[in-house]
Amino acid sequence: MKRWTKYIGTRLFYMALTLFIITSATFFLMNALPGTPYNNQDRLTQVQLDMLNKKYGFDQPLMQRYVNYLGNVLHGDFGVSLQFSDQPVATLLGQRIGPSIQLGLQAVAFGTVIGVFLGVIAAMHQNRALDVFCSLFAITGRSVPNFVVAVLLQFIFAVTLKWLPIGLWDEGFRSTILPTLALSISPMAESCRFIRTEMVEVLSSDYIELARAKGMSEIRIAFTHGLRNGLIPLITVLGPMTVSLMTGSLVVENIFAIPGIGEQFTKSILSNDYYTIMAVTILFSALLVSVIFLTDILYQIIDPRVRIEGAK
Amino acid sequence: MEPILQVNHLSVSFDTYAGKVEAVRDISFNLQPGETLALVGESGCGKSVTCRTIMRLLARNANIDQGSVLFRGDDLLKKSNREMRAIRGGKIAMIFQDPMTSLDPTMQIGRQIAEAVTLHSRVSRRDAKKRAVQLLHQVGIENPEKRYRQYPHEFSGGQRQRIVIAIALAANPDILIADEPTTALDVTMQAQILDLIKEIQKATGTSVIFITHDLGVVANVADRVAVMYAGRIIEIGTADEVFYDPRHPYTWGLLASMPTLATDSETLYAIPGTPPTLIHPAPGDAFAPRNAYALEADRIADPPLFPVSATHLAATWLLDPRAPQVQPPESIRLRAEEYRQKQSAKGASL
Ligand SMILES: Nc1ncnc2c1ncn2[C@@H]1O[C@H](COP(=O)(O)OP(=O)(O)OP(=O)(O)O)[C@@H](O)[C@H]1O
Ligand SMILES: [Mg+2]
Repeated sequence: MKRWTKYIGTRLFYMALTLFIITSATFFLMNALPGTPYNNQDRLTQVQLDMLNKKYGFDQPLMQRYVNYLGNVLHGDFGVSLQFSDQPVATLLGQRIGPSIQLGLQAVAFGTVIGVFLGVIAAMHQNRALDVFCSLFAITGRSVPNFVVAVLLQFIFAVTLKWLPIGLWDEGFRSTILPTLALSISPMAESCRFIRTEMVEVLSSDYIELARAKGMSEIRIAFTHGLRNGLIPLITVLGPMTVSLMTGSLVVENIFAIPGIGEQFTKSILSNDYYTIMAVTILFSALLVSVIFLTDILYQIIDPRVRIEGAK
Repeated sequence: MEPILQVNHLSVSFDTYAGKVEAVRDISFNLQPGETLALVGESGCGKSVTCRTIMRLLARNANIDQGSVLFRGDDLLKKSNREMRAIRGGKIAMIFQDPMTSLDPTMQIGRQIAEAVTLHSRVSRRDAKKRAVQLLHQVGIENPEKRYRQYPHEFSGGQRQRIVIAIALAANPDILIADEPTTALDVTMQAQILDLIKEIQKATGTSVIFITHDLGVVANVADRVAVMYAGRIIEIGTADEVFYDPRHPYTWGLLASMPTLATDSETLYAIPGTPPTLIHPAPGDAFAPRNAYALEADRIADPPLFPVSATHLAATWLLDPRAPQVQPPESIRLRAEEYRQKQSAKGASL
């Protein structure tokens, strides 16, 4: 137990350090970008510019602003958005992160379950018709952009069949179905391909042969001994995949008119919205770092071989 | 006694890009209830393929070209997959060569044993667990209740092989096939595992097919020995017959290359040459090209199995009445001599 505490303590320290470095690097890089956050800067006089800079504190030396910013962030103050009439960034993101996270999680969960299932079936029928079918599906899924799928789904299920809403975020779960499906194509294809490769190897290992010699059926072998071992490495790719989906997809969110965060990030970069860029970056990094941390913990729980020394 | 297993004229081949690999060619043997039959021969001679055929665990590119495998009179080669699953592990169990990789690394070893128990009998979870603990105890794992919950990496190679044996014993099988169960272990472990298998056999009366390429191991466990070469059985007999009155030059070579207390490693004999390819094997005795005693006939026609005694057969033209008399090499004659002396000494002391 003590080892666990120490292990987690060390990991948390490095996570904080990572976030600090990312935050600092982004801060300085961002300030090196050309232009100002004011969208009508060409028409501003020098006097007006000076006034605005003074208002937002941009007249101070860079180092001073950096220290101030860090201090504010530590107190939970992420500044105000320059493009959305001085609204606090935290409020803005808070309103929009919900849908993105929900869609991301749903897409990963659905995509992975289906993908893993297809991957196992493919591996069990290696180089036969079902395998070829699953592989074709995986290749298609990986090469067709998700917005194409999104438009297609929208056309079939919303426009033609009228089963589901065409967009917006106002019908609860029903609103999430089509965007979730569109976003789930990539985790589905990715995990199908990944699990197939992994399972082909696992299914040829000695302990699977022993399971056969015990008298177990192929399907039971694949989904117990096979999957237990094949799934472990998937955890590693699943983490980052989840984060990239949770942080929103600009195009899919646009197609379905979803008030998500993907759109906001892109806009904030284009318009030099300093505090929004910083906040979104910190948020993404924090998510990623935490997911990697959770992945490692999960690994240790699932795989008895990598449990930390002496942590029995 | 009715044999528990009869393998009749079995031939197995594999389709490969290089051609058809004739891994097992027309072999026949019987297994009596309670006996241990050793299958010996160099690497690649078809020992594992023979056993996998019995278990119906062959790779997908395998063809069973002819023959039958009768278990209590029923042809296993005609069974459906479902019927085979009941036999695998239930009636015929198998132990594999490498204990380090034979257990699922992500599952508690106790559960892997309990799983084998529940596959072949309707028992509650608790009873299966009880039986697993008892099996662990039987194969000599100390502290079985605690170790039930441990994972394979927490055991040594020898212990893991004991666990694999426990899995094999889970359903009280009639036949235990051990495919080189000691090859991957060090010498002391080997002896312990052999003792365990012998002990189990005494206690349960299972028949054992014991595969090895180590004749020293065979002398220790086998009632009868079948010597395989290039997919054929070239000599079969009781352990005494094969060890002390061998007739096939290949068996002579194997015995001569077996280290004994009298030989030191520098003078250890090795059979010259390598086994032949099994893709379109040439006619005649496959061993002929490596055989100093080969007759012209050996290169032309397959020698049949000539009976030496009621229990002893050997496939070499040397046993044909028309063949010239050939003396086996000296070391083999010495073995026979020593044996006869021992036997008569035994007889005198009785
Ligand atoms: N799936 C397969 N495809 C092609 N050839 C195979 C296959 N399985 C076995 N063989 C061939 O069959 C022959 C017999 O193999 P087998 O595994 O029975 O040998 P063995 O006597 O058990 O040897 P070892 O002592 O090395 O285990 C070998 O030449 C091998 O290459
Ligand atoms: Mg083998």
